[in-house]
Amino acid sequence: MNFLWFHLMPYMDLPADFRAKNPSVWVDIDPALFDPARAHQMYNDYFDELEYAAKVGFDAICVNEHHSNAYGLMPSPNLVAMALARATKDAKICVLGNSIALYNPPTRVAEEFAMIDCVSGGRLIAGFPVGTPMDTCFAYSTNPSQLRQRYHEAHDLIVRAWTEPKPFAFNGRFTQQAHVNAWPRPIQKPHPPIWIPGGGSVETWDFCVDNDYVYCYLSYGGYKIAQDTMKGFWKVVDQAGKERNPYRAGFLQFVGVAESRQQALDLYTGPAEYFYGRCQHIDPRYAGPAGYVTEETQRAGLTGQVARVADRSKRRRATEMSEIVDEGYVVLGTPDEVVEQIREVATSLHVGQLMPLLHFGDMSKETTFTNTRLFAEKVIPKLKGLFGDYEDHWWPKPFAASSVAAE
Amino acid sequence: MNPPQDSAIDQSIIDLDGHDIRVWRKGAGPRVGYFAGWGGLPRWTPFLDELSKRREVVAPSLPGFPGGGRAHLDLDTQFDWVVAARRIFMAAGLEGADLIGASVGGALAAEIAALWPGSVRRLALISPLGYYDEAAPPADMFARRADEYPAFLCADPGLWRAHVAPSASANDVEWEIDAARAAEAAARLLWPLGNSGVAKRAPMISRPTLLLRGDRDQVVSSALLAKWQAAIPGAKVRTISDAGHLADLDNPAAVAAAVLDFTR
Repeated sequence: MNFLWFHLMPYMDLPADFRAKNPSVWVDIDPALFDPARAHQMYNDYFDELEYAAKVGFDAICVNEHHSNAYGLMPSPNLVAMALARATKDAKICVLGNSIALYNPPTRVAEEFAMIDCVSGGRLIAGFPVGTPMDTCFAYSTNPSQLRQRYHEAHDLIVRAWTEPKPFAFNGRFTQQAHVNAWPRPIQKPHPPIWIPGGGSVETWDFCVDNDYVYCYLSYGGYKIAQDTMKGFWKVVDQAGKERNPYRAGFLQFVGVAESRQQALDLYTGPAEYFYGRCQHIDPRYAGPAGYVTEETQRAGLTGQVARVADRSKRRRATEMSEIVDEGYVVLGTPDEVVEQIREVATSLHVGQLMPLLHFGDMSKETTFTNTRLFAEKVIPKLKGLFGDYEDHWWPKPFAASSVAAE
Repeated sequence: MNPPQDSAIDQSIIDLDGHDIRVWRKGAGPRVGYFAGWGGLPRWTPFLDELSKRREVVAPSLPGFPGGGRAHLDLDTQFDWVVAARRIFMAAGLEGADLIGASVGGALAAEIAALWPGSVRRLALISPLGYYDEAAPPADMFARRADEYPAFLCADPGLWRAHVAPSASANDVEWEIDAARAAEAAARLLWPLGNSGVAKRAPMISRPTLLLRGDRDQVVSSALLAKWQAAIPGAKVRTISDAGHLADLDNPAAVAAAVLDFTR
């Protein structure tokens, strides 16, 4: 199995009455709540945490893109990834990812990802999310009816920019570019592995399987509620006659490890309740713009997780720790307890790319280091061999160490 | 495509680049076209019935709205939308007829009257969208919870609920998808601000124009309608009492009387 340490970089100082006094953590959150001086500290702590995760042996470190929100402070994950490419040597750099429909021209993504791949010596995983409705349709005002058309066109343009041997003209519906000629080009050939984060759309399963991309279910609802989504994905894999290789799938799971269960509750209750109480406080007005959910997904009776969370946010507070743990949002306990739960997560969902979220909410750097160290030292070694019979075709192929630029 | 619930309604289909576009007709007399507003025409309305007592009412569906299939997915620009609306208008036999456009439909009816001035006899716009003025912008149609729409669109929320309620013969899932598609089509045309750029072309409308607005319209303010009036030479304004944004749903008799009077 691979273990990818994922950071959302939330803003940590939302007030205790945030939920009561603000309609949403996203889109129209009050700018007065943002203190740049505090953000200076948070960003630097977050870099320390990502670099620490790489140092203690995680296979990769992950970043992602969000806009106009206190849920995640990375409007440009590529800036973070580039700094990490310089600060780390072996850990893979997983940008999960760039919301490619938002870039004009999307060639920009081909260029920036190629830069990260070159600087890191071929350690990049390139993520292409459609993006949340809050980020794409409201914060960036992309037309929801065109979002997926733009997404697919951007994907085609980026892959061609990485792989065509000569400059070419791109005549798309939304992008026309006379001279597509990405300089630099990625080290990894034909291109860095492409992973697709999704929230439960039928089309995303098809897209991943058709193209042999990794499907990543970035659930904040834990592994119990994810069973149907992942079963749907594996059904599409089966129908396509492709190998049920667990490395085709990624899953994000909140985890809190401590020496005792009580200590885990003491350490992680505050950060978990902060995340589910404040960072997930999404106004339903921004969760389901017309056209965002495709007709095929509507027919399948599926609701995207953003809409589910927003709906739940409207109905009741699913934010108390007992419920958070009971519903499996956060896997919690001693290292041995966590090992067994993660084994259950991985085997029940059949995922080989696990993204434990070991910083969440307003977790301090000290607690994050503890959580990260315990997971690296006492959990990973007991699970690393899981799925050892499968070959991971979706992992970066970096330069040999002897070829990497000297410090 | 669901059949009309009223046997007196004639349904025909026109082709738009491989998409079936429904046209409903009823009544006899001088022809009048109708481009429906937000949500389109999942069913015939009392307003159209009122008109059809004295006129031949022709109501073609717009792309993506009920009866308009998925034609909206081929329309990427405002230019694409205007050309599609113009082709539907002509194929429905509306050249030279009076034209009514409500809400979303008003945005496209105004374009046809502006760009092909000889094609419309008289133009009636009911709380038209598409005109954006920074001092009096239209309300945000899109950042809404589903349960907000009835009271947002109509003075009597029950009228909107009845208008979009599944018909007895309809497949509920497909009916819901039709309704979601209508909202998507409106978004495709007007996202994010409701600005189609028609403000630049409104001064080219040279045919007699009547602007109507419900006195309880929460979307188009009286100040915004005044901008429309200032832009269209000679345009007149009528306020409809006890009516919201979809004034022809709220007060069909008053809107029909005003339109019939104006297009005599």
